Amino acid sequence: MAASSKAKSGRRLAFKLTRKRVIAVVLLALGAFIFIESSSLDSELVTTLTFESRPTGEAPAVADIPVPTSAYLLVIGLLFIVSGALNLYEFAVPRWRRISLALMALCGALFIPTVIIAAAAGNDTNLTTIVAESLRLATPLAIGAFAGIWCERAGVVNIAIEGMMLFAACFGFTTLFFLRGTPLPLETAQLLAVIIGVLAGGLIALLHGWLSITFRTDQIVSGTVINILAVGVTSFIRREYLLSTEAGAAKLGNFAIPILSDLPVVGEAIFTNQPIFFMMFVMLASTHIVMFYTRWGLRTRAVGEHPHAADTLGINVNRTRWTNVFISGMIAGLAGAWFSLEATGSFNDGMTRGAGFIALAAMIFGKWTPIGAFGAALLFGFSDSLGIRLQMVGVGFPVQFLQMVPYAVTLVVLAGFIGRASPPKAVGTPYVKE
Amino acid sequence: MTPPSPVLEVRGITKRFPGVLANDKVNLTLRKGQVLGLLGENGAGKSTLMNMIYGLYKPDEGEILVTGAPVDIDGPKDAIELGIGMVHQHFQLVDVLTVTENVMLGNETVSGPFLRRDKARREIEALSREYGLDVDPDALISDLPVGIQQRVEIIKALYRHADILILDEPTAVLTPQETLGLFKIMRALLDRGVSIIFISHKLKEVLEICDDVIVLRRGAVAGHADPKASTEQSLASLMVGRDVILEVDKAEAKPGDEILNVVNLHVHDDRGLPAVEGLSFGLQRGEILGVAGVQGNGQTELVEALTGMRAVEDGRVFIKGVDMAGASPRKVTELGVGHVPEDRQRDGLVASFTVMHNLVLCTYYQDAFAKAIVVDDRAIAENARQLVEQYDVRPPIINNIASGLSGGNQQKVIVAREFSRDADLLIASQPTRGLDVGSIEFIHRQIIRMRDAGAGILLVSSELDEVLSLADRVAVMFEGEIIDILPIGDADRDTVGLRMAGVREQGLDSKMNTVGATR
Ligand SMILES: Nc1ncnc2c1ncn2[C@@H]1O[C@H](COP(=O)(O)OP(=O)(O)OP(=O)(O)O)[C@@H](O)[C@H]1O
Ligand SMILES: [Mg+2]
Repeated sequence: MAASSKAKSGRRLAFKLTRKRVIAVVLLALGAFIFIESSSLDSELVTTLTFESRPTGEAPAVADIPVPTSAYLLVIGLLFIVSGALNLYEFAVPRWRRISLALMALCGALFIPTVIIAAAAGNDTNLTTIVAESLRLATPLAIGAFAGIWCERAGVVNIAIEGMMLFAACFGFTTLFFLRGTPLPLETAQLLAVIIGVLAGGLIALLHGWLSITFRTDQIVSGTVINILAVGVTSFIRREYLLSTEAGAAKLGNFAIPILSDLPVVGEAIFTNQPIFFMMFVMLASTHIVMFYTRWGLRTRAVGEHPHAADTLGINVNRTRWTNVFISGMIAGLAGAWFSLEATGSFNDGMTRGAGFIALAAMIFGKWTPIGAFGAALLFGFSDSLGIRLQMVGVGFPVQFLQMVPYAVTLVVLAGFIGRASPPKAVGTPYVKE
Repeated sequence: MTPPSPVLEVRGITKRFPGVLANDKVNLTLRKGQVLGLLGENGAGKSTLMNMIYGLYKPDEGEILVTGAPVDIDGPKDAIELGIGMVHQHFQLVDVLTVTENVMLGNETVSGPFLRRDKARREIEALSREYGLDVDPDALISDLPVGIQQRVEIIKALYRHADILILDEPTAVLTPQETLGLFKIMRALLDRGVSIIFISHKLKEVLEICDDVIVLRRGAVAGHADPKASTEQSLASLMVGRDVILEVDKAEAKPGDEILNVVNLHVHDDRGLPAVEGLSFGLQRGEILGVAGVQGNGQTELVEALTGMRAVEDGRVFIKGVDMAGASPRKVTELGVGHVPEDRQRDGLVASFTVMHNLVLCTYYQDAFAKAIVVDDRAIAENARQLVEQYDVRPPIINNIASGLSGGNQQKVIVAREFSRDADLLIASQPTRGLDVGSIEFIHRQIIRMRDAGAGILLVSSELDEVLSLADRVAVMFEGEIIDILPIGDADRDTVGLRMAGVREQGLDSKMNTVGATR
C-alpha cells in the first residue's frame, strides 16, 4: 500500500459549477441590474403600499407603508450582490455556509415585494388588489393544473387540457345562450350551463381515454387530436349558432362567504367573489386530500408509478386510469367554464388562449402536487396581473423586465431550492398485461 | 410417517408464448409446511409457471388445485384470496411510496375512503416482530437496500395472510449474510404452517432449505430430486441435461506488464458522500484480480469511476500508462476496456433495441459498422449472427427485442459484446448474477480464456465462491478501502470472510464480536 501515500493529485478542477453557484451568478446579475437601475431613479420617489381602496381622507383600517423607492432598491441591489458573491465561494466553515445560504433564501423571499415596489415606483400600490387579481387570474390555471394532476398521477399524459377547456367554454356558453329564451331563472340556467360545461370536458376526456387507454394510441398524439378538434368544433358552433344574435350573457354572480366576507380589507376583495373562483380552493383541498389521504389516491399514484406492481396486487390498472381521466376532464371543464361564464359572459374562438398549456406548466412547476401547482398558478396569475397594471401606470422601470421577473424567480427557485421535478414514472406508457 | 397433505397442485399446465412453448404439461405438488425447490436453466419457464399460479398469466391447458379443490384463478386478486403470495423475481414495489403504503396497497386499511396508515403500520410492526422481518414502516422504498426491499415483499404477502408463498429467485440479489437472514425467516414461516416454493440458481441453497426439488428443462418437468440424496453435481446435470463442471479449471496465471494502476482514488456515491476513500492497487495483464466485499462498500462506485461513468473526486487511474481519471466512457472503451456492468438492465442494454443492435452499442459508429453517418445494418446483423451462435444466446434470433429475453440470455448478450472486442482490460461486475449453472460455467470459461489471451481482468463479485474460484489475487474492499490483497493461495474462505467484515490483520479477537453487526 505504498502508493496510497503518494502526494494528493491537485489536477482536479478547483472550481465546480454547482447548482448553488448558478443561482449565485443569477443573483449577482440581478443585483447589478437593480443597483444600476435604482441609481437612475429620482431619489425623492416614494412608493406607498396600501391595503384597501377608500375615499380620500378616510382613516384606513390598516396603515399605509411608505417606501423610499430608490433607497430601497439600492439596498436590495447590494443585498443581492453580496449574497451572490458569498454563495460563489464554497465556505469550509459551516457557520459561514449557513449564513450565505440564509442570505440566498432572504433574497428569494424579497423578490416579489421588490418587483411590486419597483413596478409602482412613486405611486400608491394596493397590495390587496394585487393579491386578489393574481388569484382571480390564476383560477383557470390552477384548476387546469389540478385536472392535469388527476390524469398524470394515474399515468396518462393530458396535453388536451386546452382542448377540453375550449369545449367546455363553448358548450357551457351555448347552453346558457339557448336557455335564455326559457322561463328558467338566470341562476338556474347558469348553474346548468356550468354543469354542461363540466360534462363536456368529461366527455372529451372519455375520447382521450378511449384512444390512449383502449387503443394505446400515443397519449401526446391523442391529446393533440383533441386540441385540434376543439378549435374546429367550437368555432363551427360559434359561427352556426352564436353569431346570429348578439352573443353576450350575464356573468356568474358574486357570492359572499358568510362571516369571512365581513372581515376588514380581505372580506370584500377576496371573500366576495364568483363561484368558480371559490371552486378553485375546493378543488385544491379535495385534490390534495384525495391524492394523499384516501385509498383511491394511493391506488392512483401506484398505477401512475408502477402499474405492474399495482396489477400484482389485484388493482385494475386500466379501470383506475379511465376513472381518473374522466374526472380530469370534468375538472378541466370547470376551468373552461371560467372563461365563458365567469370571466366574460361570451364565447370567442380560441378564447382559452393557451391557458391549458400554462396549466400544464404549473403542474410541472408544482411537481405534480396540488399545493405546488397552486403556487405556480398563482405566480403566473401574479405575472399576468402585473402586466395589466403596468400597462395602466407608466413606470420608470423597463416593463418587460418586471414582467419577466416572476418567471426568473420560478426558475431560480425550482433549480436551486426544490431540485429536479420527476413525473410519475409510468406517465405516457399504456399498460399492457403479459 | 405419511407426508403432509398437498396444499397446492398443478396438473398438466401448458403455456405458449408466440414462438415459445414456455410450459409443457407441468405437474407439481407442494405440501403443507414444506419447501419445494424449483430449478431450471434460464428461460426454462419457472417464472412463467409461478405467474400462472399467481394469476398474472392464464394457462392454455391444465388445472390448479388448492387444498385439493380445483380453482379458477383469474387475476392476482383471486390468488390473494386463495392465500397465495408471491415475491417476484423483479420486485413489485412502488419506489416513491413508503413501506406502509406499499404493503397496504390493494388491501388498504381504511375508515370510509380514508387511509388508516397508523393501523396498517401497527400491523406491519406486529408482523416484523413475529417473523424477525426488521423494517422501518415509514421509510421510502427508494431509500432501502434490496435486502430490505425483499423483506417488504414478504411482509406484503404475509399481510394478506398468504399460506402459500412463492419466492422467485429471492437470493439472486442478496449477500450471503442476507441469504442466511432470509432462511431464518423462511424457517419461522414453515413453523407456522406456511408452505413455500423456492426458486434459485444456487444449488447449495436449494440443497440446504428444500424438502423436495423439481427440475424444469425447456418448459417440461425433467425430473424430481430428493435433496437429502442429491449433490450439487447431480442437480446441475439434471438441469442442464449433461454433466456440468462446477469447478473452474484453469492454469497458473502468467502475469505480464501492468495494465491498470489506481492511485489514491476518491469517489462519491449518489448522495455525494465518500464511497471510495483513497484506494490504490495495480493489475497486470494475464491475471484476474478478484474484488470481494459485502455489497455497498464502494465496489459499485469503484467500477463506475474506472469505466468513466462516475466523476473521480481525486486520484489517478492509469490504464496502459495513460491517466484516464475523469475520461468519458467512450474514451475508456476505445482504449481497449471491456465492461460488464453490475445492473444489466440499466447500464448494459437498451431494453427496447434488438439483440443485434445491442451487440454493437459501443462500436456502431466505427468503420466496421457504419458508412459515414449511416449505420450498416448488414454488417451489424452478420456480427450478431456470429456472436449469438458463439455465445449460445437463446433463442438465437437477432431481431428479438432485448427485453423479451430471459435474464440469463440478456447477460449473454452483454458478455458477447464485451468479450468479443478483444479488450486488454476487462472490468466485470457481478458477471453471473441470476444465471444458471450452465451459463455460469460458460462465462467463467470465457473469463479464463481472455486472461490466457493476455488481458487483465478485474472481477467484482459479491459471490465469495466465484471470486475464490476465478481470481489469482483477491482484494477485499471494506468501507471504501482495499483493506488487504491476498494471493489466491492465502485466500481461504475464513480469512477473506473476516476481512470482508472489516477485520484487519491485527486484533482479530477484539473485532470478532462486531462481525455480524457491521452491515
Ligand atoms: N411475456 C412474454 N412474452 C413472450 N415470451 C415470454 C414472456 N415471458 C416469458 N417468455 C419466454 O418464455 C420462456 C420462459 O421464461 P421464464 O421467464 O419463465 O424463464 P425462467 O425459467 O424464469 O428464467 P430465469 O431463470 O432467467 O428467470 C423464455 O423463453 C421467455 O423468453
Ligand atoms: Mg425467472
